[in-house]
Amino acid sequence: MSITPASDPSIPNRRDSKAARTEPRRILVLGATSGIAEACIHLWADRGDHLFLVGRQANRLAAVVADARTRGAGYVDSAVVDLDRTEHHADLLAHAINSLGGLDIAYLALGILGDQSKAERNFHDAAHIVHTNYTAPVSLLTWLANYCAQRHSGTLAVLSSVAGERGRKSNYVYGSSKAGLTAFVDGLRNRIDREGVRVMTIKPGPVKTSMTEGMKGRERFADVNKVAATIAKAIDKGQDIVYVPGQWRLIMSVIRAIPERVFKKLNL
Amino acid sequence: MPSAVETSTTAAPDTAPVKPPFESWGRYPVYDADVRSVHWQDQFPRVIDGVHHGALPVGMGRSYGDVCLLKDGTLVKTTGMNRLLGFNPDTGVLTAEAGITLAQILDFAVPRGFFLPVTPGTKYVTLGGAIANDIHGKNHHIAGTFGCHVPQFELVRSDGAHMRCSPTENPDMYSATIGGLGLTGMITWAQLRLKPIVSRKIDYQGIQFHGIDEFLDLTAQSQNIEYTVSWIDVTSTGKNFARGVFMQGDHSKVPNELKPSSEPKLVFPIELPGWVLNGASVGAFNTLFFHKQMKQRVSALQDYEPFFYPLDAVLKWNKMYGKRGLLQFQYAIPWEHAREGTIAILHEVAKSGLASFLAVLKAFGDVPSPGLMSFPKPGITLALDFPIKPEKSFALFDRLAEMTYEFGGRLYPAKDARMTAEQYQAFYPQWQRFARYKDPALTSSFWERVVGGQGFMR
Repeated sequence: MSITPASDPSIPNRRDSKAARTEPRRILVLGATSGIAEACIHLWADRGDHLFLVGRQANRLAAVVADARTRGAGYVDSAVVDLDRTEHHADLLAHAINSLGGLDIAYLALGILGDQSKAERNFHDAAHIVHTNYTAPVSLLTWLANYCAQRHSGTLAVLSSVAGERGRKSNYVYGSSKAGLTAFVDGLRNRIDREGVRVMTIKPGPVKTSMTEGMKGRERFADVNKVAATIAKAIDKGQDIVYVPGQWRLIMSVIRAIPERVFKKLNL
Repeated sequence: MPSAVETSTTAAPDTAPVKPPFESWGRYPVYDADVRSVHWQDQFPRVIDGVHHGALPVGMGRSYGDVCLLKDGTLVKTTGMNRLLGFNPDTGVLTAEAGITLAQILDFAVPRGFFLPVTPGTKYVTLGGAIANDIHGKNHHIAGTFGCHVPQFELVRSDGAHMRCSPTENPDMYSATIGGLGLTGMITWAQLRLKPIVSRKIDYQGIQFHGIDEFLDLTAQSQNIEYTVSWIDVTSTGKNFARGVFMQGDHSKVPNELKPSSEPKLVFPIELPGWVLNGASVGAFNTLFFHKQMKQRVSALQDYEPFFYPLDAVLKWNKMYGKRGLLQFQYAIPWEHAREGTIAILHEVAKSGLASFLAVLKAFGDVPSPGLMSFPKPGITLALDFPIKPEKSFALFDRLAEMTYEFGGRLYPAKDARMTAEQYQAFYPQWQRFARYKDPALTSSFWERVVGGQGFMR
């Protein structure tokens, strides 16, 4: 496989004096053109962190790279890769860590909402959602977990969703992929937290990003920059499970508590 | 990574058209439209595939009338396309996607010691919108319009053609797009030449004046001061006629902390009933404002936020004007008739008894704009706003538009909801030349109103 950067990593960055106040971290972002990932990249670029950004579409990734570089990221490299192709994962991850000179944080934001109605009718649509949202992250995390566990360091921050807390008729295919991911990440934490590797399950509620464009009630969805700030802070603190915004912890505990004989009749 | 954009724009069970419809800042007129957001440069023109009633790129919807509206058409909202693409601190040239707001640019630029070359009275406008309306600011007499500081941009046409536009590359399209009201194509990215600052502070002076002649004297005395603008009381008559406060300022030369601005916390909570803003309440406001400045002359070191953006501190302040919304009126009258025209129009406004308390007077300078359809010209500009009271305010507006024409002036499309096709075509006789550069798939309710079916290129 050839791993092409979205743009030349050798272009020097202008570091403003403020960005140098903290030691830069080496951060790998998988799914860098997702709305929530991009908002996190802003924050990390502002503080001068070193970034390796992975996305599928070259021109979009190039815009995200340019933005990170302009905002003052200490170093930005990138690779245009379709992460559905799990056979490329090992090469990609080795290349990225090599480029960064190590790894402090891996942020997994790959995922698609998919089309529930199509997925209900056609297994291939359902399988595509499950592959991108579950199988591909499992492949990435398996490699990354072993890499980090060997070195007893690193943070694996994984974007799951509150949709994985209970299957609902409006998006259970997406929800089940996220439920699987949540269980996988929780289990992985149970395995390697004791090895000194932080593993984080991030569960956003609905957020105003391109993924939710045109959805009903979107004006009440969470602001992506606030969500990103919460996530970045949770990563700094090494939290295990984080709901964003925080009220979703309570909302989901209520939704989980509804008896199934009632729940199955609801339109959620 | 597979992006979710394609999948989410198809009809998923949760999706419904975006409501409420896109509003302009004046909240008049109100039109239904199909609003589609773009987050990436490559989404245009694909995003308007199959639209039947035209399309129009829009930003924050901060223009007042209908230049940012398209009745029953498709609005392409660009605010998701807001990335910084590059910055050269040696030249101050910033490259950014067109949906970025001036507020977002300031957040980036101010801590690095840079400021906007030209800013309007709100920072919540997009870069693309600032170019499309070729906006002006308090430094027009020195810096010209916004377009004077845009060395190049990329325009994408509805046929998919990408055109890089600058004074030397596609110069005609460059000129047509600056002030082109979004009708020549979608601006995907643009460059903006920022200017260095060493402090957030503005060296401010406020000076009371009585009458247009005193205003003109102060204008003449302040030619070298970067920012000048006047608030004027248009409700008083007699000895208080045309009293006001001449406000001037320069960026402070004393180095000071360049921290970013905080987020505004106040949101105007409700739509006020129409009767609240009446002659008495606005007259009282104007008297208070005039006398808030007790002395004839006040000097202060002031943060740039209250100096440039006093109204941005209260989000959604337009709701103050109630359900019916507000009308703006802004003219530019050339020097030849500027004095008599301004006095005559102020008399007409005072006589009407219609309240306006955001009345702003300024002298435009003679820096030429690169834009073919730009509004400013050397002379006096006056901006007024009125709550809408259909019979009364529309009649006044029509009268003021006629007077503006008689005095050789013109009106500002970004603040207009009323001018007729005849008036527009007299104000902007070059409109037919402009129409040659218009994108056939794009139009606006404004354009339909002022040009309509008169042989424009569709």
